[in-house]
Amino acid sequence: MITINGEQFDLQEIKLSDYLNEKNLKPERIAVELNGKILPKSKYNETILKDGDKAEVVSFVGGG
Amino acid sequence: MKIKLNGNAIDFQGDSLFDLCKIFGFKEDETTVKIINGFQTLEDLPIKEKDEIVLIKKGEFPNEQELESMLSARHTPKVYEKVKKARVAIAGLGGLGSNIAINLARVGVGTLHLIDFDIVEPSNLNRQQYLMKHLGMEKTKALKEQISQINPFVKIIIQNVKITEENCLEIFKDDTIVCEAFDNPLSKAMLVNKLLEEREDVYVISASGMAGYFSSNSIKTKKITDRFYICGDMENGAKQGMGLMAPRVSVCAGHQSNTALRIILSEYEC
Repeated sequence: MITINGEQFDLQEIKLSDYLNEKNLKPERIAVELNGKILPKSKYNETILKDGDKAEVVSFVGGG
Repeated sequence: MKIKLNGNAIDFQGDSLFDLCKIFGFKEDETTVKIINGFQTLEDLPIKEKDEIVLIKKGEFPNEQELESMLSARHTPKVYEKVKKARVAIAGLGGLGSNIAINLARVGVGTLHLIDFDIVEPSNLNRQQYLMKHLGMEKTKALKEQISQINPFVKIIIQNVKITEENCLEIFKDDTIVCEAFDNPLSKAMLVNKLLEEREDVYVISASGMAGYFSSNSIKTKKITDRFYICGDMENGAKQGMGLMAPRVSVCAGHQSNTALRIILSEYEC
């Protein structure tokens, strides 16, 4: 099981970049937490989530 | 018994608040503000060893020595000492940042590091803590002036500069608690990612989603990692037809400033 933003996926692996594309999440407007750590932006393309991984994608919207 | 009166350690020979008033020449009635261990009261409460008491004659301006203990009189004892030693950085001094800064100044945070590149303009006054007289002034200087009128015991460090990916590590090198209070989502993501990728000793308190007049209760604080908190409703950005307004912006700033206060006081859950 892979969990992203609370949603569970019964898959062995998910490419992070595929997930971001599918959800229309722009890398320059997000931060990604993977298993308790912030994932560096330079690793977005190569990162493949595996069974048991938990991730949170935080989207920033404008306003302050 | 040994107690503290208006910040000074004294030896008190008596039993209650009204005894103390009599001895030190304060009236017992409501013309004297009486605060015992952070709690304001009209009653003649008993006094115990080590109690911290502040008596203020209403309408009278205290001398500088007494002023600080009076300003902190409504804080929980022991909290103020920790908060006074703390330092918090605020990146961006708009609706979020100006409110966060003033909240933390009122709490008595010892040092505030305030950064913004912009000047105060009329469209800021709908939600930001500036006044007409500040129009055209650098936000850093205007906010420093505001805070000096609220709590002159806060040390304010200001930097009038645009925060970028290139300079942010240098700007925040002496800070371990940073409130991200930008308007632009690209700047928000840049600062959060850069600080958390490059530093292991920094707490970042960010914000996303506080536009409009949706329910106040949709604004929450969420802990993403041990070092990263985000406040907001996570979805309602400022856009055409949906502006930023004081109530929800200040609710969100309240979340951010309370998170900073909780981290200072070693409370890390939300």
